[in-house]
Parts: sequence; structure tokens; C-alpha cells
Amino acid sequence: MSTPLFSMRRLDKRFGARVLFADTRIEFEAGSGYVLTGLNGSGKTTLLRIAAGLEPAQSGQLEFRRQSATTAKYPEAWRRDIVYVHQQPYLFHTSIEKNLEYGLARRGIPAAQRNARVRDALVWAGLSDKRDVPPHKLSGGEKQRAALARAKVLDPVLLLLDEPTANLDGEARKQVLELVTSICIENHTVVVASHDPEIMRLAILNRLRVTDRRVDHDD
Amino acid sequence: MEFFGPTGAAFGLLLSGDADLWRIIFTSLTCSLIALLLISPPAIALGFLIAKITFPGRRALVVLIQALLSFPTVVVGLVLYMLLSRQGPLGFLKLLFTPEAIIIGYMVIAFPVLVVFTLSAVQGADPRIYETARSLGASPLRAALTTLFEVRFGVMAAVFNGFGRVVSEVGCAIMVGGNIAGLTRNIPTAIALETSKGEFAQGIALGFVLIAVAIGINVTLAWMQGRGGLE
Repeated sequence: MSTPLFSMRRLDKRFGARVLFADTRIEFEAGSGYVLTGLNGSGKTTLLRIAAGLEPAQSGQLEFRRQSATTAKYPEAWRRDIVYVHQQPYLFHTSIEKNLEYGLARRGIPAAQRNARVRDALVWAGLSDKRDVPPHKLSGGEKQRAALARAKVLDPVLLLLDEPTANLDGEARKQVLELVTSICIENHTVVVASHDPEIMRLAILNRLRVTDRRVDHDD
Repeated sequence: MEFFGPTGAAFGLLLSGDADLWRIIFTSLTCSLIALLLISPPAIALGFLIAKITFPGRRALVVLIQALLSFPTVVVGLVLYMLLSRQGPLGFLKLLFTPEAIIIGYMVIAFPVLVVFTLSAVQGADPRIYETARSLGASPLRAALTTLFEVRFGVMAAVFNGFGRVVSEVGCAIMVGGNIAGLTRNIPTAIALETSKGEFAQGIALGFVLIAVAIGINVTLAWMQGRGGLE
């Protein structure tokens, strides 16, 4: 049996008296895609946030690329390989190009390489004509595409997407859906929390159901 | 008291390049700017940390710093005077009645303004800013700087308000500066002195400078906000 790329074990998470996860276990295999389903408030977003090191848990063991850690001491180095995209992404108040460069600059990528990668990511997201535009001039769909491009340009080992098509409809939703599908088939390990029936139906994604303090395969 | 005569004379003084007058203006602006340059980094950092980190006594600390906002500047001057006077614990530094003493006083006065405004700006900031930066691989320090950049107009308002508070401050500057001509006499202390002597022209001229500084600060802030895409 292969070692999972990322796993959470004995995860306990509660908000006050409300227990979200108790001794929960979840694993993600390298190169696979997952969709987390479940009712509102079941803990999909919390699970992604714990995996991204954005939210502590009461207890829990993490393992990523055979390196162990606890949820209380999330390794700084993992942040270079695990990228989380909010349901409503925040774009910094600068140009879209600078937004895409941000993570690359944090990784010390030289400017010439940064420019080339940002250019490719903008083409991928269909935002080539928006490179100098500030985020407040983008539509909701364009913002979501820019956030996906900002994550994808980093070539993350594990990409966590929180409800990428929520709050979108029509053409905007369709375009984001195409980008999510394209990320999933590019051999990234992707975990998508979603209610979107089309994402849930994607054959390339393994369905996991978050319910009653557990995460189960939903076949 | 006649109004228009001294006002006309005030403009005459300003436009004639009166050396004493411009020396006073220079002292005021340099002491204020140096104090702000020195105190802004630690005060902004503290404002950010208080906004972001939960710790026991946090609320009490915020109340204390807010209380310092309304602390009389003349009392700040009095405390500093006692510390810096020859018999005081810091008397060996020989700073009393020097521009450096005024700068220290200004730093103390501006500190709570900067902390409270920064705290308010960061608390009002979207929490996704810090999280997004961290998730994109930023270190905690870099994510903090990114957050401060995103709320830069609030932080600039903190700095400008701090500047506005010290540049017009008179109590502390008189106490620790001594209002020495050509050395520590600044705009507010000179206005107080000249008015007490019945010399209104210089007082009015310096008053115009203070008003111009206040308007300049607000216009600059509004212009920067406009450039930042804010309404």
C-alpha cells in the first residue's frame, strides 16, 4: 500500500461545545483529485484550513511527504507546497500581475522566470488583458480566475480549493469550472470543497463526504 | 485689537524670508519629522501585534494606550523634565533644553496615536489578507508587512495624525525645550511667546504655517487614497 502524500490522523476540532471532528482520519494520495462534500457547517472549509496551516485544531497528527507534524506546530516549509484558495479569494490592492508574482517572489524565483510564469498563468486563466488592472475592477468570475492562476503559478504539490464556483453563475461559473477541471487533470493533488453538482460529478475526483465528525469515501 | 494690520505684516514676514521666522519653522518641522521617523516603526509594529495576537491583559493594555491619547502633553513634558534635569536619572545625558529633548517628548506624545490608529486599521482589515499571504508562502513578518501595506491608508492616517499632534504641541516643547531662540523655539512655543509680548504679526504668520501644514497633511492623505482607488 502506497504512503499518502498528505494525511491527518486523530484530528480533534471543536468550536466551543460543538465538536466538528473527533479522532478523524483523512488521506490524500499523490496525483489524485478529491472533492469534499457535505452539508453547510459540516467542516469542509475547516478541514482545508487545518490542512493549509491556517487554523489550529485541538489535536491532530499531520504527515506530508513522509514528514510528520502536529496541527499545533505546522511546519513553515509546507506552506511552499500546500496552497489554499479561499471561497471568496482576496486579491491584494495592486495589479493582477503583482498578485500572481507575490508567491513566486516569496520563493525567491528570479524576476525573469517570474515574468514568464506569470505570463503563462495569465494566458491559462484568460486574463492576459487584465495584467495591469487592479482587482476592484474585475468581475467576481475574473477575481476567482485570478486567484486560481495565483495558486497554480506556484505549481503547488497540494492545492486546496474552497468552493471555487460558489457565488458564480452563467459564463463566469463555466470558466472557473473549466480551470478547476484543467488543474485536476494536470496531475496536481487537488482537494476541492464544493457543493457544485458539476464538480461533484467530475470522474477524475474522488468523492469524500464530511459528516458526523468523520470523512468517508462517498461511492 | 487690530486684526488686518498684524495679518498683513505676517504675510510680509513670511514672504520676506525672515531668517528667525524660518528657523522656527525649520525647528518645528525637523523635530516633528525626526520624532515620527523614529517612533513610527515600533509603534506600528506594536499596534499590529496587539491587533493580531490574543494574550492575557490585552484589553487592559488597549485601554491604557487609549488613555495615553488624552494624557496632557504638559504632563509628558513635566515627567521628561524631571527625568532629564541635572538631578534626574537621565540628567547625565545633558539633553534638557535641546532639540533632542523635544524629539523625545514628541515620540512619547505620538506613540499612543500611532499605536491606536494602527490597531484600529489592522483590526478592521480583512482577515483573508494575512491568511492569503501566509498561504502563498509568506513568512509571518512578510505577511504582517503585506497586511500593513493593504491597510496603508489607515497606517498613513496614523502617521499623519501623530505628526499633526506633535507639530502643534506646546506644553511639552516649552517644558523640555525651554523655548530658546535659534535652538528649541518652534512654531507653537513661538506663537505663545510672541502673543504674550503683544507681537501678533509673527504669531499669525506661524499660525498660517500650522494651518497650511494641517491642510497639506489632509490633502496629501486624500490624494493618496484617490490614487489607491478609494472613493
